[in-house]
Amino acid sequence: MKNNETILLGHGSGGRLTHDLISGLFVKYFRNELLLVQGDSALLPHLSGKLCFTTDSFVVDPIFFPGGDIGKLAIAGTVNDLAVSGAIPLFLSAAFILEEGFPLADLEKIVQSMANEAENAGVKIVTGDTKVVERGKCDKIFINTSGVGTLHTGLEGIVSAENVQPGDKIIVNGYIGDHGMAVMSARNKLQINSPVESDCACLNGLISDILQNHTTVKFMRDATRGGLGTVLAELCQHKTFGINLLEDKIPVRENVRGMCELLGFDPLFVANEGKVVMVVAAGSANLILSQLQQHPLGKDSAIIGEIVENHPGKTWLITSVGGKRIVDMPAGEQLPRIC
Amino acid sequence: MKYIDEYRDKEKILSLAAQIKKTSTKKIRLMEVCGGHTMAIQRFGIPDLLPETVELVSGPGCPVCVTSRSYIDKAIAYSKLPNVIITTYGDLIRVPGSTSSLDKEKARGANIRIVYSVLDALKIAQDNPDKKVIFLGIGFETTAPGSAAGIMKAQMAGLFNFSVFSAHKIMPPPMAALIDEGVNIQGYIGPGHVSTITGSHIFDFIPQKYGLGVVVSGFEPLDLMQSIYMLGKQFETNKPSVEIQYSRAVKPEGNAKAKEIMDEVFCLRDDWWRGLGILENSGLGINDNYADFDAEKIFDVAVEPLKEDKGCICGIILKGIAKPTECKLFGKACTPSEPVGACMVSNEGACAAYYKYNRE
Repeated sequence: MKNNETILLGHGSGGRLTHDLISGLFVKYFRNELLLVQGDSALLPHLSGKLCFTTDSFVVDPIFFPGGDIGKLAIAGTVNDLAVSGAIPLFLSAAFILEEGFPLADLEKIVQSMANEAENAGVKIVTGDTKVVERGKCDKIFINTSGVGTLHTGLEGIVSAENVQPGDKIIVNGYIGDHGMAVMSARNKLQINSPVESDCACLNGLISDILQNHTTVKFMRDATRGGLGTVLAELCQHKTFGINLLEDKIPVRENVRGMCELLGFDPLFVANEGKVVMVVAAGSANLILSQLQQHPLGKDSAIIGEIVENHPGKTWLITSVGGKRIVDMPAGEQLPRIC
Repeated sequence: MKYIDEYRDKEKILSLAAQIKKTSTKKIRLMEVCGGHTMAIQRFGIPDLLPETVELVSGPGCPVCVTSRSYIDKAIAYSKLPNVIITTYGDLIRVPGSTSSLDKEKARGANIRIVYSVLDALKIAQDNPDKKVIFLGIGFETTAPGSAAGIMKAQMAGLFNFSVFSAHKIMPPPMAALIDEGVNIQGYIGPGHVSTITGSHIFDFIPQKYGLGVVVSGFEPLDLMQSIYMLGKQFETNKPSVEIQYSRAVKPEGNAKAKEIMDEVFCLRDDWWRGLGILENSGLGINDNYADFDAEKIFDVAVEPLKEDKGCICGIILKGIAKPTECKLFGKACTPSEPVGACMVSNEGACAAYYKYNRE
């Protein structure tokens, strides 16, 4: 493929150009035996146990940002949705909507990044689709990925949080707000002295390490678009328990704090793409924490709060100065097109 | 974060809290009249740190909240005139008028654009010589110099397709009116941003005439705690005065250049405040020398007399008589996504601050 080539409407026609794109790009990078068959469906092997199935679309703007790109995000997003449900992610689909005129070189970079991330996470991209729309009808590239995984045995309750009870501890695996501020600074070309990098990463390795050794994880959620605050506000909504959160225990990088202060954002509601919030039994919290801290994606993990009997349905933040305030889902979107 | 963390030092704040508790013997109600203070107080959970003797109430410190619905109605009417572009701060866009709001009109096709400063509005006027660009000038002494500078720039550049629809107001008249009305407060947490422009001398009449203290405060928790401590001390020793806690930004005499620009372009006029009604010489109209840039003199539109919503108690909340949580609509019929009153819309509104940070 030549460097100056661009996507043409013909690349989505199903004809010769589509065929070239599939074999020259997607099959080349995503290479695996299931994809190579190139049927209308991927034929998956027999899987045992319960299956988890999820889908997500990615429209991030800009498509390349410090610490990642839309391709890496599209893999990590779906892998993480499976992992936090207690599943082992196995197979992914990838569908592309491309804008006419999109540089092929950029598409290649994105596809390569998807392939790398999939390999790191140990998942296979086994089926896909490409459509091209006229210039101006979409913004460069949109990606949808769906994923299938098998549930770790005994973790049926993790999605519904049915076993969460007062006394349980809340853990997050590191600094919050990095992704949102990285995209924000790339989008607005902000000149920041110490640039923020997105935390975009597949968490299935980290999570599986914990699940293999501990049976006391009661709830997990990746704190993406709405940030940590939204996950916790959602978790206790309509429940018989409340949450106490300790502001000075929540890891926020200095530069992210500075940007949030400057731009009027609350780091609690800024997007992450490599952060899992766990609710675990109090007795095993310290053990789980130290195990998380041994993993490269968990070295800055911290216990940030606990489940309480008081104020059911509400999340309270004990502020860094010792006051308290409520944490609720934001009314509007803090930042559109963040993932 | 340097210059911020110093003002969020938990030990210092808790030690001040202990001092306030130790020295406060009589009940004291303090009013903040700056939306930035309202937000900061709730965001850091300051009321929790205070003894039962000290109560904080929010006053008319949010410009969007005190502005009449008819202002929004008129802005909407302007947006329907041919070849008009409305430029506005984002705060105003969702504020309900009598029957619609600027964002609803924008969705219906009106040419309404959000800007971050009057300079953006001037640029739009420059780029669209065949359109008439109206800037919705709102705010107290903090933003009024910006609008004034915009008008002066437009005159120098001969940008006669630019005008300002002024809802600018000044802070001292409502502060006096509240005490005249007998609102139960014993001191003001003075507005930090307004005072960077005006200086603190404009509040001298409050201790002199009314015997109440004013402490001009910064926006960090340590600033606010220190200001509360200072006001408490004034009250306990019965020595009301004007003090500046926010001395790193505020001087007694203020910013001479900004005041000069305001005086050049604006003139005082009677103005309507939600909750307080018409207050003499409390608004800033554009004076006759700059009539060419005064949207109200250029465009003629008729709007229906205003209707305020039944049940919404924004008016008495802005006077510090009721707290947002005492409103029947609060959190039910009136939420940030479906606001009834302006106090729920603005980022600086008392209802929005309570909704976001303080719902039991």
